[in-house]
Amino acid sequence: MKHNDRWINLLMGIAPIPLTLVFTSLILLAMGASPWEAYRNIFNGAFSSPEKVADVFAACVPLVLCSAGLAITFAAGQWNVGVEGQIILGAIFATWAARTLAWPQVPLLAAMLLAGLLGGALWGSFAGLLKVFGKVHEIFGGLGLNYLAQALAIWLIFNPWKPAGGATMSGTDLFPEAARMPHLGHLRVAPLAVVLALIAVALVTFLLRGTRWGLELKALGKGFVSAFTLGVPATPRLLTAFAACGGMAGIAGTILCSARYIRMIPAISGGQGYLALLVALISGSSNPQWIPFIAFFFAAAGVGSPQLEYNMHLDSSLGGVLEASVVLSVMFVSGWRVLLARKRSQAAALVSAEQEVTA
Amino acid sequence: MKVELIDIHKHFGSVRANDGVSMTIESGSIHGLLGENGAGKTTLMKCLTGYQTIDSGTIKVNGQPVAFASPAEAIRHGIGMLHQEPLDFPQMRVLDNFLLGFDTRLIPDRRAGQNRLQELGTRFRFELDPDAEVTSLTIGERQQLEILRLLALGAQVIILDEPTTGISAPQKAKLFATLRQLADDERRSVVFVSHKLEEVEQLCDRVTVLRHGRVTGEAEMPCPVSTLVELMFGRSLPPLECPTVEHGPPVLQVEGATIPSYRLTVADTRLEVRSGEVVGIAGLEGSGQRLFLRACAGLERITAGRIAIDGKALSHAPYRKFLDAGIAYLPANRMDEGLVTGLTLTEHFALANRTGPFFIDWQAARKEAAERIQHYNVIGRPESPVEALSGGNQQRVLLALLRQKLRLLLMEHPTRGLDVESSNWVWQQLLARREDGTAIVFISADLDELLEYADRIVVFYGGRMLAPVAACDTTVEGLGYMIAGKEPGAGAQQGGAHDEA
Ligand SMILES: Nc1ncnc2c1ncn2[C@@H]1O[C@H](COP(=O)(O)OP(=O)(O)OP(=O)(O)O)[C@@H](O)[C@H]1O
Ligand SMILES: [Mg+2]
Repeated sequence: MKHNDRWINLLMGIAPIPLTLVFTSLILLAMGASPWEAYRNIFNGAFSSPEKVADVFAACVPLVLCSAGLAITFAAGQWNVGVEGQIILGAIFATWAARTLAWPQVPLLAAMLLAGLLGGALWGSFAGLLKVFGKVHEIFGGLGLNYLAQALAIWLIFNPWKPAGGATMSGTDLFPEAARMPHLGHLRVAPLAVVLALIAVALVTFLLRGTRWGLELKALGKGFVSAFTLGVPATPRLLTAFAACGGMAGIAGTILCSARYIRMIPAISGGQGYLALLVALISGSSNPQWIPFIAFFFAAAGVGSPQLEYNMHLDSSLGGVLEASVVLSVMFVSGWRVLLARKRSQAAALVSAEQEVTA
Repeated sequence: MKVELIDIHKHFGSVRANDGVSMTIESGSIHGLLGENGAGKTTLMKCLTGYQTIDSGTIKVNGQPVAFASPAEAIRHGIGMLHQEPLDFPQMRVLDNFLLGFDTRLIPDRRAGQNRLQELGTRFRFELDPDAEVTSLTIGERQQLEILRLLALGAQVIILDEPTTGISAPQKAKLFATLRQLADDERRSVVFVSHKLEEVEQLCDRVTVLRHGRVTGEAEMPCPVSTLVELMFGRSLPPLECPTVEHGPPVLQVEGATIPSYRLTVADTRLEVRSGEVVGIAGLEGSGQRLFLRACAGLERITAGRIAIDGKALSHAPYRKFLDAGIAYLPANRMDEGLVTGLTLTEHFALANRTGPFFIDWQAARKEAAERIQHYNVIGRPESPVEALSGGNQQRVLLALLRQKLRLLLMEHPTRGLDVESSNWVWQQLLARREDGTAIVFISADLDELLEYADRIVVFYGGRMLAPVAACDTTVEGLGYMIAGKEPGAGAQQGGAHDEA
């Protein structure tokens, strides 16, 4: 019995992979392209040279940081879609530090990271405050704050931070040398950023599993009223969860402006936050240790898919289709799993739910 | 309709919840299903109604073998179940909840549904407001709604899993009358799951007794209680002994507190409870007693008056301050308000330890959980998710989660779902806390429980708190009168006075 369950679990864990391949292959076939050829191109686009591999790592870092943060808010049962705005605020704070503090590299980078963390945490707390005290659902609050953050970034770039040659959508002047995170030789990846991302995952995994704070968040996420009755201080816990997630997103923002763009640009986050939501959705709050792997796959698909355009004249958005179908397959399989589990044990509202479906 | 269960087996891992159970339910009769906590009663009934699949065995309806893959299928065959834990849709209105049952079209005919609800309601004298939110109903009213829904779905066999826990005496009388009406006048069958012997005696035509997943006996009623007790527990129970305890200084002081709510406002409540004292609260469900108890726990806002714990005013303080002052609150609706679905027992114990260290030592936590599980006789493992436990075992977990040192223990239906033996044991544990000066205030629908364990009893009637009476001066009848709002005799009617027992 137990043994059986283990096998089923393992099978279910792997099931999304073939499901995704089947789904995207069907789309490719419908477009008259060879799926094999397409996958080969994406793979080559991501891994055929050290430069490309470095790009994949670089693309991976902000995703990992944000997803690690989101694992925290997911644990507390919160949909922190405001993570996108939290990246932007992190970048804004870091840019401010880079432009204002004329310090040597090490203290300056430390200050920028700290500023980014604060900025993201601040923006995350706003979403939390709106939720806890304003009774605004975190999805709406988060979306609103995302727009606000975007507007703030554009205003800053076009007004106080505009380059000497006049403001454009291409952003501020390049950061001074000391504010740039050192790259690995000529490769476009900053080792420090990779290390920070891995630390974040380890930290989140540990916080969620090994501390009271993590346990309390989990309890709030699974049964808010019961957890509160048991004495979990709900308000401070939710606020710290939002702040912690925001802080990690803020660090991602700092890395984006200091290591990737070397300046502040309007589209600094470029949808990384939303992509991270998908990564965190797949890993779930109980398995944050999978985040780097899932994010790596997403990053590779993102870096590799432009190759489709050069070599096969397919639209590079197919990379996005690949990512999306992974999410759908995972959701599908886990939904199916829940159903199966429910069928096995008591299904709370099954009578009526089923009748609704058959209606 | 005749239902036969033949040699039913249902195992959960190594737990044999049902181990070869056979039972026949005749039409037009009320069949009692008795058994101690964890005996397998709920499991058997869930197997019958398609909530769970059986490992082996046969179910026959009118002689035809059937296999229900889902509750919906069972109800199409006329078998419906009222669950131990309420399973409705609390965010909805009464009518919508009712319609979910039988109107399966995309756009339900609300008018027809309302008529049907009204018609059924009148037939059984249930007064349900179709537009009320289900959350605002009492447990008893939710139950009535659920019964009507099952009847509207055409249930010929109605299974009630411990329906009397948490409802008041008059609601219970009404429920019993309804069940008799269903069996005698309409020839439907009723299965009544319980471990309350007097109820089974009062209501049932026939009983089946389960123990450790097997049938230990079947009997036509009436049948001597001692026989049933032996079948349930394998021996008869020794009488309970409780030492009396000196009462100390006041622990809880409520002075003219007014507690508003959407449904009713409880005005000008007054009560003083001393350390070591036990105060019971009686009343029809929804008369304000829950609001009052929750206000004492800091979970309801008060608009006038004062609440103090150990002399310290806490009137508008948050729940956390009440906890710090040494209160504990045990809610009635254990799965929604007390326990967290999806967390294991170990996680629950770690969580309830508010002053525990930031870094959790899971090994120690597991050990601690194992100890408490053993001490409280919970059938479950440290790593079991709490929802996998039987109803009575969940209640034990809730009690096991109470901290050691407490000043004031506030409880709603503390022995809800526990069999006689366990509830005696639980009360022994609770009363032992009085020696450390803990004061206890509890709500119960069981008048015998109130009279047996409380020093004083307060009755709530229609949002009003009547003055406390000493338990030794009261009888079940006297309490019954007060609960129903009739003159109980002189002395107890001028609400408000501090009445030291
Ligand atoms: N879903 C489940 N998973 C694992 N074990 C279960 C599950 N449901 C029930 N059990 C176990 O099966 C046994 C019988 O449980 P059941 O709920 O049928 O008892 P019960 O007679 O209804 O008891 P109570 O009076 O406490 O409600 C218990 O030991 C319980 O822990
Ligand atoms: Mg049960």
